[in-house]
Amino acid sequence: MAIEIEQPRVGLSKVAVSKTHGEDSPYFAGWKAYDENPYHETSNQSGVIQMGLAENQVSFDLLEKYLEEHSEASSWGKGAPGFRENALFQDYHGLKSFRQAMANFMEQIRGGRAKFDPDRIVLTAGATAANELLTFILADPGDALLIPTPYYPGFDRDLRWRTSVNIVPIHCDSSNNFQITPEAMEAAYQSAESMNLKVRGILITNPSNRLGATIQRSALEQILDFAVNKNIHLVSDEIYSGSTFSSSEFISIAEILETRGYKDAERVHIVYSLSKDLGLPGFRVGTIYSYNDQVVTTARRMSSFTLISSQTQHLLACMLSNKEFSENYIKTNRERLSKRYDMIIKGLKKAGIECLKGNAGLFCWMNLSPLLEKPTRESELALWKVILNEVKLNISPGSSCHCSEPGWFRVCFANMSEQTLEIALERIHKFMEQRKRN
Amino acid sequence: MRLIVPLQSVVQGRGGLIFGSLIPCALFYFLQLYLKRHRSPKPQSNPPSPTTSSPKLAEMTRTSSRSNLFSRSIGQVRISSRAISIAKPNESPYYIGLDKASEDPYDRLSNPDGVIQLGLSENRLCFDLIEKWMSENLGHSITGRDNGELNINGIATYQPFDGTMELKLAMAGFMSHIMGGAVTFEPSQMVLTAGATPAIETLCFCLADQGNAFLVPTPYYPGFDRDVKFRTGVELIPVHCRSTDNFALSITALDQAFNQTRKHGTKIRGILLSNPANPVGNLLSREMLYAILDFAREKNIHVISDEIFAGSMYGNEEFVSMAEVLDSEGFDKNRVHIVYGLSKDLSLPGFRVGVIYSFNENVLAAARKLTRFSSVSAPTQRLLVSMLSDARFIEEYIKTNKRRLQNMHALFVAGLKGLNIRCADSSAGLYCWADMSKLISSYSEKGELELWDKLLNVGKINVTPGSACHCIEPGWFRCCFTALAEEDIPVVLERIRKAVENTTDLLNSS
Repeated sequence: MAIEIEQPRVGLSKVAVSKTHGEDSPYFAGWKAYDENPYHETSNQSGVIQMGLAENQVSFDLLEKYLEEHSEASSWGKGAPGFRENALFQDYHGLKSFRQAMANFMEQIRGGRAKFDPDRIVLTAGATAANELLTFILADPGDALLIPTPYYPGFDRDLRWRTSVNIVPIHCDSSNNFQITPEAMEAAYQSAESMNLKVRGILITNPSNRLGATIQRSALEQILDFAVNKNIHLVSDEIYSGSTFSSSEFISIAEILETRGYKDAERVHIVYSLSKDLGLPGFRVGTIYSYNDQVVTTARRMSSFTLISSQTQHLLACMLSNKEFSENYIKTNRERLSKRYDMIIKGLKKAGIECLKGNAGLFCWMNLSPLLEKPTRESELALWKVILNEVKLNISPGSSCHCSEPGWFRVCFANMSEQTLEIALERIHKFMEQRKRN
Repeated sequence: MRLIVPLQSVVQGRGGLIFGSLIPCALFYFLQLYLKRHRSPKPQSNPPSPTTSSPKLAEMTRTSSRSNLFSRSIGQVRISSRAISIAKPNESPYYIGLDKASEDPYDRLSNPDGVIQLGLSENRLCFDLIEKWMSENLGHSITGRDNGELNINGIATYQPFDGTMELKLAMAGFMSHIMGGAVTFEPSQMVLTAGATPAIETLCFCLADQGNAFLVPTPYYPGFDRDVKFRTGVELIPVHCRSTDNFALSITALDQAFNQTRKHGTKIRGILLSNPANPVGNLLSREMLYAILDFAREKNIHVISDEIFAGSMYGNEEFVSMAEVLDSEGFDKNRVHIVYGLSKDLSLPGFRVGVIYSFNENVLAAARKLTRFSSVSAPTQRLLVSMLSDARFIEEYIKTNKRRLQNMHALFVAGLKGLNIRCADSSAGLYCWADMSKLISSYSEKGELELWDKLLNVGKINVTPGSACHCIEPGWFRCCFTALAEEDIPVVLERIRKAVENTTDLLNSS
């Protein structure tokens, strides 16, 4: 039976028809390939292994154990006292107990080296919403944000789509391990000016999403100085702060501010979430921590569009305020991620592949430039297609995240079992052997 | 003072303009430098706390709120113009009243002198039923069991942003049930959002560009001003309804508003309706729905029908959803979008569950992608699938809720009648629309706000004045009665009586 799709005669908005959501890009072919033929340990061993999704599944057992032992977190206890207040609670300030728990958790992750005030925490349904919200607040349509490359492809959509704000990249390259330099920042700023775009802020991800590495103290100081100099905002997306392999290597912008006595703090805003560190992206929990009162007030009001379910706030308040649980979780999660990282680096090295030295995150930044026919995007794309279709691995090519050097790929290792990771490494090894022979 | 004289002479001299501008600039620069060097250092290890005045609450007096905003060093870094207008102290009595009531909430036993909240449309009448269900069913129903072992994988990981199919199915069933089974909802045409608030905003982003407008019948829910205007840049054009015909919408009024707006160069992209209406509580008849659809077709615009109170009926009139009308007639479905949510009918506003239901594939495609900014939390999805699938519970809940709603409504409206306060005819909602125009000193917005203030600060009851809802006739107030127990009603009535004691034409006539 033919279904006639009527052409809609009534018009839609520019936002609705815009392609800024990015889902038409060629890299979505990777997701499609996975959806159509997903690897399964027993039922589909020749399927595509998903290595393009930064999801943390290594510590689920810790969460499950907590929930098993603390039914009051997920059920309000016998007779459900407190249920009705919770069900009615839609105050955009968020549950005080939850904000307190988040503040403590963020402090624990930073080894107590920074303090967080629960009243400066604004809750959002995920970091995606937090980043978009901040963009609405810090920039007007047509303005620009500077973002170091390579960066999370989602930013192109999250920060630009409904806000009409532009992104101007700060180019980083392998010559200095992709670190952000004052020269690169200045060049980006000038580039924006030459396009007549008003720069309103610089957004860094620390630890970096693509590189899997933390930003060094000296670089953070320079970035903050740059923001002060240009009188712009600094957004530090620290969503992977709890996923550093050792507790001492991550330095938060909050620590830099503390050593400076919170001078110039009113231009700094931190984004955090439980999607990566706690492996709970489905819960939709994000936060904005701002040192600027006006931003806190405005963000709170705007958060009406993206509130966290009070049921979830209650559950997480219980869980995260349990010191025993949170300390153990942070420590164990770090150890397991570190172990996975060692495993993948070793495996890749055996196959003759080098990676950027990383110390955080759920992925590593792999250098396949020696394999490229030509040092071009096209060659990189061709190689990516081969890896997807022949090796059956979905990894993220550098060109999808604005990397200026072709040949780099992000490979995720925490969203699968160790066995699956072994299989993936075997496939890579086989692939490299074949190439050597040809 | 000693600086001014030389300046004047400089300006009046030959190099006047140049020196007249250079010297002040230089002075200003040195002043800034001086101030910067001598700014008092902030304390070391603790981050500065935000200003302690509750940012959510704006004082009635403008001057004190302004000084709060600027009293501490905010810093010179700029925020966007969008943000600046949102950051302004909120002067709407709707929000002020809500805050006042929540700061000093009435409790029959522990705080009998507190403010009674009649300004928030919250339904507390059937929590006992939900609590009972929770006690009996919850256990580990949110995390699920896999061979007896607890398994969090199902809810922890990334879910489809627009909601799981299980929840969509359950919601489709629930919506159909509360609308009397007269219409079937297709899960594939649903997009779930974190509450009805983002559902409205998302639709606005999809249907209109910055600078466009929606027509909205008045009086309307004060929250629409935020939902539609905050971030989208879309305007709301009021279409005034009057008490002479019980605030019914007229196509003539719609047409007039449409033409007026067009003359001013603004493009109308759609009509935003609430059905059942908030704050009046009346319904759109089947004939009116046809007429609106005809109008929309003629002007080639969209229709958003916010049906969030569809399950909160207490009258005898029949609720007819836009979806039902579309089902039966050959209307162009591409222009109709329905909003729903669980905040009112199931009393779960904190859980953030809203629905966009559309017949337009392109709108659905765009809305789905936009839900990444406002998805329903996975544990909540799991819980609700369980609850909504419990047919026996839902049946009992809907029946009991309607009965208790009818009862409270009847008692409350009769009580107001005893004070010679008439309410508009209504069939649904968690509130009544009361005519207190005889109790205001001057028949104006000013008079209305004076009464509102007296009721809030003297009577200690918070009601929503019609002006906050853009009502064109002064003196109307929305009173929500579903957060009350029966015993509270006489207390409320007594407080109203006391507050307006000295007003003429009081409550003596029967």
